[in-house]
Amino acid sequence: MVLQMNEMLSKRVKKVVKENYRVTTIEVEHALEDAVPGQFIMVWIPGAGEKPMSIGNRYPLTISVADVGPFSGALSKLKSGDMLSFRGPYGKPFIIPKGSKRILVIGGGYGVVPMYFLARTAKEEGIETVAVIGGRSIKDIIYEKQLFAVCREVFITTDDGSRGKKGNVMAEASSLIEGKGFDCVYCCGPERMMHAIATLCKEHGIACQVSVERYMKCGVGVCGSCSVDGRLCCIDGPVFSAEDALALSEFGKKHRDASGILKDY
Amino acid sequence: MVLECKMFGKRLKNPVILASGILGMTKASLERCCEDGCGGVTAKSLTPEARKGHDGPNIVETGCGLLNAMGYPNPGIEKGLEEFGSWKRPEALIISIVGKDTDEFTMLAEKVESAKKTLGATALEAAISCPHTPGYGVMAGQGTPENVDKITRAIKSACSLPLIIKLSPSLPGEVKQALAAEKAGADAINMGNSLGPGMKIDLQRKKPVLGFGMGGLSGPAIKPIAIRCVYDIYAAVDIPIIGTGGINCGEDAIEMMMAGASFVSVGTAAYYRGPSVFGEIAKEMDAWMKDNRISSIGKIVGAANE
Repeated sequence: MVLQMNEMLSKRVKKVVKENYRVTTIEVEHALEDAVPGQFIMVWIPGAGEKPMSIGNRYPLTISVADVGPFSGALSKLKSGDMLSFRGPYGKPFIIPKGSKRILVIGGGYGVVPMYFLARTAKEEGIETVAVIGGRSIKDIIYEKQLFAVCREVFITTDDGSRGKKGNVMAEASSLIEGKGFDCVYCCGPERMMHAIATLCKEHGIACQVSVERYMKCGVGVCGSCSVDGRLCCIDGPVFSAEDALALSEFGKKHRDASGILKDY
Repeated sequence: MVLECKMFGKRLKNPVILASGILGMTKASLERCCEDGCGGVTAKSLTPEARKGHDGPNIVETGCGLLNAMGYPNPGIEKGLEEFGSWKRPEALIISIVGKDTDEFTMLAEKVESAKKTLGATALEAAISCPHTPGYGVMAGQGTPENVDKITRAIKSACSLPLIIKLSPSLPGEVKQALAAEKAGADAINMGNSLGPGMKIDLQRKKPVLGFGMGGLSGPAIKPIAIRCVYDIYAAVDIPIIGTGGINCGEDAIEMMMAGASFVSVGTAAYYRGPSVFGEIAKEMDAWMKDNRISSIGKIVGAANE
């Protein structure tokens, strides 16, 4: 009966990299051996709370955090030698269908983090990856170098055209998807963007998986905070097939706050 | 068929009820629990205003059960009744309310009463037993016969739905509280909640893990206490009992019913065995009944007391 799935671990921070004006990457002296791309950990900062964070790499365990509030602000301030406490990994991961030769990964903003982990894993398995990463402006593009190291090609888009093609990720992704050269398309980023990618893939009959983020408290399928149409993002997701995601009534439209109140995206 | 039972006149496919606070944040989630096999479901407890709940971590494993301190996150009574309302399924919907005092309970009960026609709920549950939320339940001293009497009367005079009073296993005198509830007009007792408060300290951080510091213990460790409480209350009251605490499999549920529960409510088992646990427990109960050639679940209720 004794389960260890919820055990809290505390490990030393090995390296901290400032990716840009608000995103910080934290590497921990720990190998999260059983973590696979698309999964998350629950990170605890005593006094500041606990939040789910996407896993950017298994060894060293890596997360990237955008400083957008009190919790992420406290996390962004961690220095090499500090302790990071976490539990996990949790959630359904991205799945690369057997026999895949070529995949397309699309990341918007800091949605590129799990996409890097996926591309890196694909490379280890001899699968070729093409990446599209997008941000508002040149300063929002992160993980570019890392992706170049593991991908065949990396396309960049910015809303203001300060780097790569002007526009959102669709500016590059639509022609790539329409070209039908991929066994599966993976997407993580703002939900409207994932909705657009999932819809386009469905129209072209291409397999697609997206990562759906919802407010989470327990992370282990007990509290129900991350429920969407009865599916729990923490244990049934966060990765859903495009088909399943598009069938969710709230996908790309609404999400719930900490009190469970529905809000528009 | 052997598990069929009635809750306040509504026929249920089995006596397995989703406990309040587990999974029930949305109507869709409650519906899923029904599809996963619950005979009835309890919605997340509602307070007058929306609450975000305690800061995380909200849940931590202890080796003998889960310690949690959610702190009643909920959208507030009005939005909550909109969310859970228009219930049309064959499974029972139980609306749960938590108030700081009789005035709040009255106000909540009035809201439920005015939504009653379209709500589709089978019963109203008032929890006075949370061990880890300031202002509520155990931390507000609600678990005394005097307070049970006042709260029960206040709710009964404001709402005509059958009323379940949810008691705490953390306090002495649960039999006196149950008797007070029955005398004041309660229609059923839900005996059980998480036990505590308890605490788990992280050795490396040298700090309590839970954001609130302390929390309620649930799961296997508390089952014997819940069984004993139900056993004692069954001997004292005539109204039906819902047994809550540590039910993880069919045999646990049978044991709880032998102690005197007409229904069992299940929560933490969803963590140990996944959300399909409700139907699995019902199947295990069904198998036990058949193995023991007992034709109807009603026959085992209180068997240990006879």
